[in-house]
Amino acid sequence: MAKIDINEERCKGCELCVHACPKGILALADKFNNQGYRPVEILDAEKCIGCAFCARMCPDVAIEVYK
Amino acid sequence: MEKIMMKGNEALAEGAIRAGCRFFAGYPITPQNEVPEYMSRRMPEVDGVFLQAESEVSAINMVYGAGGAGCRAMTSSSSPGISLKQEGISYIACAQVPCVIVNVARGGPGLGGLTSSQADYFQATKGGGHGDYRLIVFSPGTVQEMVDLIGLAFDKADEYRNPAMILSDAIMGQMMEPVVLPEMRDLQQINKPWATTGMKNRGQNLINSLGLLPEDLVRINQELQEKYKRIEANEVRYAVEDVDDADLVLVAYGTSSRIARSAMGLARKEGKKVGLLRPITLWPFPKQPLADLAAAGKRFLVVEMSVGQMVEDVILAVNDRSKVDFFGVPNGAVPTVRQVYNRIMEIL
Amino acid sequence: MQKVFERPKALSDKKMHYCPGCTHGIVHRLVAEAIDHFGLQEKTIGVAPVGCAVLAYEYFNLDFQEAAHGRAPAVATGIKRVLPESVVFTYQGDGDLASIGLAEIVHAATRGEKITVIFINNAIYGMTGGQMAPTTLPGQKTTTSPYGRDTSRVGFPIRVCELLNTLDGPAYLARVSMHDPKNVLQAGKAIKKAFQVQLEGKGFSLVEVLSSCPTNWGMTPNQALKWVEEKMVPYYPLGVFRTPEEVSSCDA
Repeated sequence: MAKIDINEERCKGCELCVHACPKGILALADKFNNQGYRPVEILDAEKCIGCAFCARMCPDVAIEVYK
Repeated sequence: MEKIMMKGNEALAEGAIRAGCRFFAGYPITPQNEVPEYMSRRMPEVDGVFLQAESEVSAINMVYGAGGAGCRAMTSSSSPGISLKQEGISYIACAQVPCVIVNVARGGPGLGGLTSSQADYFQATKGGGHGDYRLIVFSPGTVQEMVDLIGLAFDKADEYRNPAMILSDAIMGQMMEPVVLPEMRDLQQINKPWATTGMKNRGQNLINSLGLLPEDLVRINQELQEKYKRIEANEVRYAVEDVDDADLVLVAYGTSSRIARSAMGLARKEGKKVGLLRPITLWPFPKQPLADLAAAGKRFLVVEMSVGQMVEDVILAVNDRSKVDFFGVPNGAVPTVRQVYNRIMEIL
Repeated sequence: MQKVFERPKALSDKKMHYCPGCTHGIVHRLVAEAIDHFGLQEKTIGVAPVGCAVLAYEYFNLDFQEAAHGRAPAVATGIKRVLPESVVFTYQGDGDLASIGLAEIVHAATRGEKITVIFINNAIYGMTGGQMAPTTLPGQKTTTSPYGRDTSRVGFPIRVCELLNTLDGPAYLARVSMHDPKNVLQAGKAIKKAFQVQLEGKGFSLVEVLSSCPTNWGMTPNQALKWVEEKMVPYYPLGVFRTPEEVSSCDA
């Protein structure tokens, strides 16, 4: 059981987390945040293993991980 | 009070230690080497820091760090080395880091020579580096004043959070005179709540000179200018001798004030009414006393060990109310008493 | 569920101005984590550079001084010498450290100043718009090497860790990379170690971090990390160049 919490307003949509995720469950959302970026969203939360690769690669420290 | 004989540069260094200076960084350059050499011996005795930096550029930035961390910090150099420090001095002025910079000036421009000079007046009093800023500039006229003014420089630097400069020269630095040294200052009384000492029981302290947003930079500059106005209102220092009855007032500082005083003595023996005004702070400049003397009908002769720098400030202060003459010599030369006397006799 | 990854306390809440995908933010987090790990927030003073990280003081919840271009090691020296019990670090880019500030870094290192230097090598001047850096790779195009860095005309990149490793002064020198999660983890360990070396009074420590500049390289953030891995790592080999044997092992 694991989950991540993405701070959409910090996210700049750089997709480093998308490429880092071993389960391939992150993608850019079809919307814009107040900074004008498309934030990342989780597609299939059930598959998250809490490895924190996404958080580790996030340059904006926008992801928290629970396990 | 015990009087001892000391060389100007060493008296200045001891004066700094007694004023609470506990960080010195410098780089070898003649004719100021006695200052770092003295500091290298003395600092370990008072648990202070002496560092020979890799360059003048580095030395002034070490002073920025140490001064920003709350320590009474100082560097010394001579003219070409002071040019190298200008980048750091501009940052220090904007970041409002108190510290003391000593210039034991030598002849320029360029590599120049080792003879004494007053050709760094513009650099010292008009900023020196980039941007609108001022240093509080003190000019000692005796070895005793080396001691007294460096103590005052540290006090004023702290009071205004502004860099202060001692503008000395090769002759002042090398001459020996009797001095009385003050007591050692109590360091506990020096309190700097703005210093970067670690965020213990308070928010962030920041030493910074960046104003990326135009309105921030305007605010920073306005704050600096308001401070400079306060300094101009409160910190002008000068000495006058025999000006009351004088027809001609000599205006000179540092080494040239000593030459001017001797020439004044010769002229007085000839019955000529000559006085002397010696600026002790070169910035803020004693504009008002000069304006008052001009209004009282006195003429002026400015004597400098340069081809004429301070004379421009005297002309501005006098503002056409009276006549201003000049006697100076190009760097490499030192004006003689006889030359200044002859100039006085031409005028009167 | 427990929180296993969170924003370190030594980072402020401020949103960083860095371009999307720029790895400065990752390095900031790693530095802040090291500060938190050793509980150093109340005794740390950072020194910010000139360059993209000029505003680093806005992102760290720490006392800071902002230095002139290249002068951070001299400023840090001044701070550390008068506050020997404090922890002092500089955060510098490659133009700052390896070009205009080369004298300052070499001499701080050879004096064995007890400071920690975080050195960002992204092979370019970022803030000024992508000019050639002392670390720009041979053949790499920048706005001042538009035909590619021609080593017959402008010479070769500087390998800072190797250069400093010729000196007796440094206690810890390591090069790490930001190009994937494993290397980021490794970088975090190296940065912690560098602070530990300072805490234990062992001397000068520097961590060189191979980083990306997607904007000025003209790549997507992901392509840029691939470029770090494929082009930079071979030229700038990763590893620990110097470590004091007696430093206790660091639990990252």
